[in-house]
Amino acid sequence: MRFIVNGQHVEAVFDLRTSLLDLLRDHLGLSGSKKGCNQGACGACTVLVDGERINACLALAVQYQDRAINTVEGLSEPGALHPLQSAFLEHDGFQCGYCTPGQLCSAIAMAAELSRGVPSAVTVDLAAETIALSHDELRERMSGNLCRCGAYNGIVEAITETFSPQKSAQEAA
Amino acid sequence: MSGQMEARQSAMLASMSDVPERWLTTSARDKHGTLGAPVTRMDGALKVGGRARFAAEVPLDGLTYAAVAFSTIAKGRIAALDTTAAESAPGVVLVMDYRNAPRLKLPPVMFSAPKAGAQSSLPVMQDEQIHWNGQPVAVVLAETQEQADHAVSLLRISYEAAPAVISFGAAQQNARTPEKILREPTSVAIGDAEAALAGAAFKIDLNYRTPRHNHNAIELHAATAVWQGDRLTLHDASQMVNMTSWTIAEMFGLKEAQVHVHSPYVGGGFGGKCLWTHQILTAAAARLAGRPVRLTLSREGVFRAVGGRTTTEQRVALGAKADGTLAALIHTGVAAMTTHNNCPEQFTFPARHLYAADTIKVTQQVADMNMIANTFMRGPGESVGTFALECALDELAEALQLDPIELRRRLEPEKDPTSGKAFSARHLVEAYQRGAARFGWEKRSAKPGARREGEWLLGMGVATATYPYYRQPGGAARIRLTADGRAFVQMASHEMGMGTATVQAQHAAARLGLPLDHVVFEYGDTDLPPGTLAGGSSQTASISVAIIAATQALTEELLRLAGNESPLAGLSADEVETSDGGLRAIAEPDRFESYASILGRAKRDDISAMAEAPPPSEVQTYSMHSYGVQFCEVKVNEVTGEVRVSRFLGSFDCGRILNAKTATSQFKGGIIMGLGLALMEDALFDERSGRIMNPSLAEYHVPVHMDVPEIEVMWTGIPDPKAPLGAHGIGEIGITGVGAAVANAVYNATGRRIRELPITLDKLL
Amino acid sequence: MTPFTYARAQDAQTAIQLAGAAPAARYLGGGTNLVDLMRETIETPDALVDVTGLSQAIEARDDGSILIGAAVKNTALAAHRAVRQHFPLLSRAILAGASGQIRNMATVGGNILQRTRCLYFYDDAARCNKRSPGAGCDAREGFNRMNAILGASDACSATHPSDMCVALAALDATLHLAGAEGTRRIKLVELHRLPDDQPDIETILRPHELITAVELPALPFAARSTYRKVRDRASYAFALVSAAAALDVAADGTIRDVRLALGGVAPKPWRAFKAEAMLRGAPATAAAFRTAAEAELAEAVGLSGNSFKIELAKRVITATLTELAGGVA
Repeated sequence: MRFIVNGQHVEAVFDLRTSLLDLLRDHLGLSGSKKGCNQGACGACTVLVDGERINACLALAVQYQDRAINTVEGLSEPGALHPLQSAFLEHDGFQCGYCTPGQLCSAIAMAAELSRGVPSAVTVDLAAETIALSHDELRERMSGNLCRCGAYNGIVEAITETFSPQKSAQEAA
Repeated sequence: MSGQMEARQSAMLASMSDVPERWLTTSARDKHGTLGAPVTRMDGALKVGGRARFAAEVPLDGLTYAAVAFSTIAKGRIAALDTTAAESAPGVVLVMDYRNAPRLKLPPVMFSAPKAGAQSSLPVMQDEQIHWNGQPVAVVLAETQEQADHAVSLLRISYEAAPAVISFGAAQQNARTPEKILREPTSVAIGDAEAALAGAAFKIDLNYRTPRHNHNAIELHAATAVWQGDRLTLHDASQMVNMTSWTIAEMFGLKEAQVHVHSPYVGGGFGGKCLWTHQILTAAAARLAGRPVRLTLSREGVFRAVGGRTTTEQRVALGAKADGTLAALIHTGVAAMTTHNNCPEQFTFPARHLYAADTIKVTQQVADMNMIANTFMRGPGESVGTFALECALDELAEALQLDPIELRRRLEPEKDPTSGKAFSARHLVEAYQRGAARFGWEKRSAKPGARREGEWLLGMGVATATYPYYRQPGGAARIRLTADGRAFVQMASHEMGMGTATVQAQHAAARLGLPLDHVVFEYGDTDLPPGTLAGGSSQTASISVAIIAATQALTEELLRLAGNESPLAGLSADEVETSDGGLRAIAEPDRFESYASILGRAKRDDISAMAEAPPPSEVQTYSMHSYGVQFCEVKVNEVTGEVRVSRFLGSFDCGRILNAKTATSQFKGGIIMGLGLALMEDALFDERSGRIMNPSLAEYHVPVHMDVPEIEVMWTGIPDPKAPLGAHGIGEIGITGVGAAVANAVYNATGRRIRELPITLDKLL
Repeated sequence: MTPFTYARAQDAQTAIQLAGAAPAARYLGGGTNLVDLMRETIETPDALVDVTGLSQAIEARDDGSILIGAAVKNTALAAHRAVRQHFPLLSRAILAGASGQIRNMATVGGNILQRTRCLYFYDDAARCNKRSPGAGCDAREGFNRMNAILGASDACSATHPSDMCVALAALDATLHLAGAEGTRRIKLVELHRLPDDQPDIETILRPHELITAVELPALPFAARSTYRKVRDRASYAFALVSAAAALDVAADGTIRDVRLALGGVAPKPWRAFKAEAMLRGAPATAAAFRTAAEAELAEAVGLSGNSFKIELAKRVITATLTELAGGVA
C-alpha cells in the first residue's frame, strides 16, 4: 500500500489491523506522532491528512492509502523550525514534550479551519463570514489535545502569537 | 536584582548560615550566570521536532511486541489458563504466565532498602494467586503489536474467587495505625486537643472525602528490554533509574551493574513512572524469549497495573478563641492502602507545620484493601490534606467573621508548631499580601452569592499551598571538562518535563564560569554517576549539592594538574574560584588560568572529577518547607451547577527561582492538575468487583484547554539560606491548596460547602 | 483486534453486496467508534466495508430541505452555510461533540450508529446485557452517572451518546436506507430501539442495511434554534444532559410551534413529544416551559447515581426554551 508521508511516496506492507499511528511509528520509524491513549481521547496522535487534523490512533491505515499525510517530522527541518515550533519554545508550550507533536499538528490545522470559517462550539454568530482567533475559540478548538503537564497557557500563547492577524500583519510588513 | 547584588546577598545569607557558603554562591564574578533567567529548555528543539525518542520508540532489530492480560477478580487464584489458541495465533512468539515465567525473587518494596524501588512487594507472575483486580496474569509476545493484542484476547482464563476487601467502608473496620508515615511519626499530640476543642469559643468539626486519582501522564508506560548474556538493557520511562536497576537486579539475581536503565525522555511522571510490574515483565519475557521485547501498556493497562493516588476520609476540627487564634487543631483520617506497599498518603503533614495552635492532634490510619498498590502522585498527602485543612479554615474564618487571609495571618507560627524547629525560610504572610493585592482580593464579598453575571454566580476563594523541602540521600555527580572549555555534567537523574536538564546546565555554567552553551547536563542513564529519584520535589536540591561537591573536587584536580608552572601554583582549592572559564585566586584576582590553558599544558584532552553529595543534614536542623497561596475565582452556573474557573493566581514562596520560564510552567502545571482534582478527577473503583471502571482518558476526565484560564503565578524569590542555591524543588507545591481554593470559591459563589471531591455539578444542583 | 478483510465501496449497492458476502461484516465510516470497539474486542467483524467513498454531498434544496450524504464528515456538516443558517441547532450539536480531530473523521452515518459509552458495556469483565444478552447488568447498581433516566429498562440503562442525533431528532430528520431488499425511508426517531429486554438490538435496521443519506425537511422556524449541552468538563466530554430546541413564537407571545429533543438521558435521542404537545399554543413563558419539562420527565426514573439528571433536564429544557423565547432563564 502506498502513502505520501511528509511529501515522500512510501510503500508499506502491513496487517490490516494496523492503525495509521502504528504504521507511522512502528513501520515507518516516524515516532514523532505519539500514542497517549489509543482511544481517540487525548490527541497526542494528531496528524494531518490532506491538511486536515485527525486522530491517527483511530484511523485504520488501510483507509488512508494514497493520501497526503503530514506529521510533526514534516513540519520543519532540524535547525529551521516552523514558526509555531519556535513559539512553543519561546512560550514554554510543553514540559515533557509528549503531547507536543499532537498539539502542533492540531494547531496548524485548527488555524486553517478557522481561516476557512469553520465554526466551533463557542462561536456566537454562526452566520459570521469570518471568525476571530479569540482566547475562547482557541481553547475550545484545541480541547481535543490533552496536556497532563499543564502547559496549556504556553500553548495558547504560542498559537496566538503564530496565528493571530496582528502577527501575520507584522510578518507581511 | 543584578547578578552582582544577588551574589553579594547570597554570600551574606550563606555567611549567616551553618550550611556551606558555596551552596549559595556560584561563580562570584560570574558573568555567565543565567540562574533565575527565563532560559528556554535545552531539549526543546528535539521535542517540538518530534525527534526525542521515548521508551517505546527505540528502534531494535528482532523486536517482539508484548500485550498483557489482566485479572478480572480482586482476590483468589487462577483456576485455569488455556494458552493454546493464543500460542497458535499468527505471529505469536510465546505466552508467558506464572508457570513459565523466569523465577524471580520478591520485589524489594520502596523504603525497605535505600535503593528499593518496587511499588509493591507482591511476587510478579510467580504463582497463581490474585491480589487485585487488574493484576497482570499473562504476557503474549508476537512479531507485531496487532498480533500480540489479538492473541491476548484468545487466552482462556478462569478464576477461583476468594473473599476480597474491596469496600473502603468495610476496610476501615480493620484500619490500622502504621508505625510511621514516610519518615515522620504517625501521630503528634501537643496538649489535649479534643478537650480544648470542646471548650473552644468557636469550633468546627468536619469530614472530608477525596477519591482515587490516576497520574495519567500522556505517555503510556512502556519499557523495551534487551538481554546480552546476563546483561540487561532496559529502555524505560522512569523517574528512578538507579532504583529500578538495583531492584530488578535483586529480583533477577544479578549485580546492579548488570542492569542498565536508560531513560532520557519521560513523557510525564507525576509520581507514576516508578517501578511497576510492566518493566519486570518486559525483562522477564525478553529473557524467556531470548529476543528484545517492547511492552507498552494500553491506557486501560495503565489504570490496571500502575497505582494512583488513594482515596481518603479526613476529619478536621478547629477550635478558636475570640481573637481568631487556635485553641485546638485536629486533623485525622484514614487512607486506603494495601498490605504490600508503603504509601499511606500523608494528608496530615500540612497540619503539622502550617499553623500555630495551643493544642494539636494529628494522626492517620490506613485501611488495607485488595487493589493495585496506591502510590505517590503529585503532592501526595499535601494535595488532598490541604483540601480538608484549608476548607476547614475557610469555614472557621466565616464563623469568626474574619477574612480568611487575616485568619491565616493570626495563625502564623514563630517556629514549627510540632517539631519546634526553626523555619529555614518562611514568607507565607508576604506571599499572601502580594497575591491578595495582585488578585484584587479586596473585591471579594464575604457574603456568598453576592456577584452574578447572567446565569453565572461568581465567587473567590483562597487557600494555603505547602510542600516540604526534601533532599534525597545519596547521589553523585561527575564533571568532565574538555580542552576546548566545555563541561559535561553527569548524574543519573531525570527529566520528565520539570526543566531539570536546563536548570542544572544553568547551574553548572554559573558554577564553572562557563557560557551556558558550553555546558551539557547528562542524565537518565545508569551508566552515569548515581542519581536520586525524581520525587518529593527533591531532585533540584539533590543534584545541586552533588554538582557543588563535584565542582570542588574538579577544582582540586585542576590545581593538581596546573602544577608549579601555573599562575595558580601553590593555591589550595579554597583559595581559588571558578571564573571566566578558568580558576582565579580569590585574594589576587590577577592570578588566573583558564581551563583550556591548564589542560593544554598538561597535554590532556579532558579532566574529570566526581563527588558524592553530603547527607541532607539541613532537614534535621530546620523545618524546611515551600509555601504558596492559591487564589481562585469561579463561575457557577445557577441553572446547571457547572463550575468554570475564570481566574487563578498562585503566589509562591519557594526560595530562589532558578529558571523563571520553566518554574512558571511547573507552578501552572501543578495548579492545573489541582483544577482536575477539584472539579473532575475520579478513578471509579467499583466496590463490588474492586475494578476501576473508567480506565480511559475519555471517561477519566483531566482538564482540557477549555477548562483552564490564563493562570498567573508570582513568587517572593527570597532564597532559603539553608538550601543549596537557596532554592526549593517546585514540582508539587502547585497542586496543593488548589482543591480548597476552588471549593472555597464555589462556596463564596453559591453558599454551598462541598466537602467531597470532585466538585461535580450534581453536588451543586 | 480480530482479523478482518477490508473492501472499499463507492456506492451503496456494492457496499451491500460486499457486506452480504461475509457473515459478520460491518460498515466502516470514520472508524472513530468502531475501531475503538474492535480494539476492545466488543466488535469483532470479519469484514469491513469502507463506505467513506459514498456520497459526501450536502444538497440544500430550494424548498428549504437539506439532503446529507451519509459519508459527509461531521465538520463539513456543521460548517455548511445552509445548515448554519437554517438549522443552527444541528451545527451547534455537532460542534458540541467530540473534538476537532474526531469531527473531521466521523461520518454522519457513523455518528448515528455509534454505540453507548456505558462503563460496563466497555469492560468485558463486567456483566452487560447489551454486549452479552442475558448476562445481567452491572450498571444498574454500579456507576451509572452517565446512564439513562428515560426509556431504560431493568436490562439496560445505557444512553446513546450522540449530540448530532439529538438535533436530528428535533428536526424530524428522515433516514434513507438501502439494503438487500431495496431502499426505504424511516424517521431518525424510529431508528433506535428502546432496550426493553433486548438491549443488544439497538436499531430497527435489517442485516447489512445501510444509511445512505439523512434528509432534513424544511423547518423555517429552526433558524431560531439552539443546542445546549451540560457535561463534566468545559469541552470534549459526553453529555450528562443536552437539549436541542427550536421555537416559533407568535406575535401575541403564544407558541406556534416548538421542537425539543434531549440527549444524555435515554437509550436513544429523545424527542420530547409530550413537552412539545403541551407547549403548542401555550404562552412562551418560563413557567410554561417548566411545566412542559415536568411533564416530559414525569416518567423519568433515576438510578443510584443519576437521579440528579431529572432535575437537571428540567432546568436545561426550561432555560434553553426561555433563551430562545428571548428571555433570561
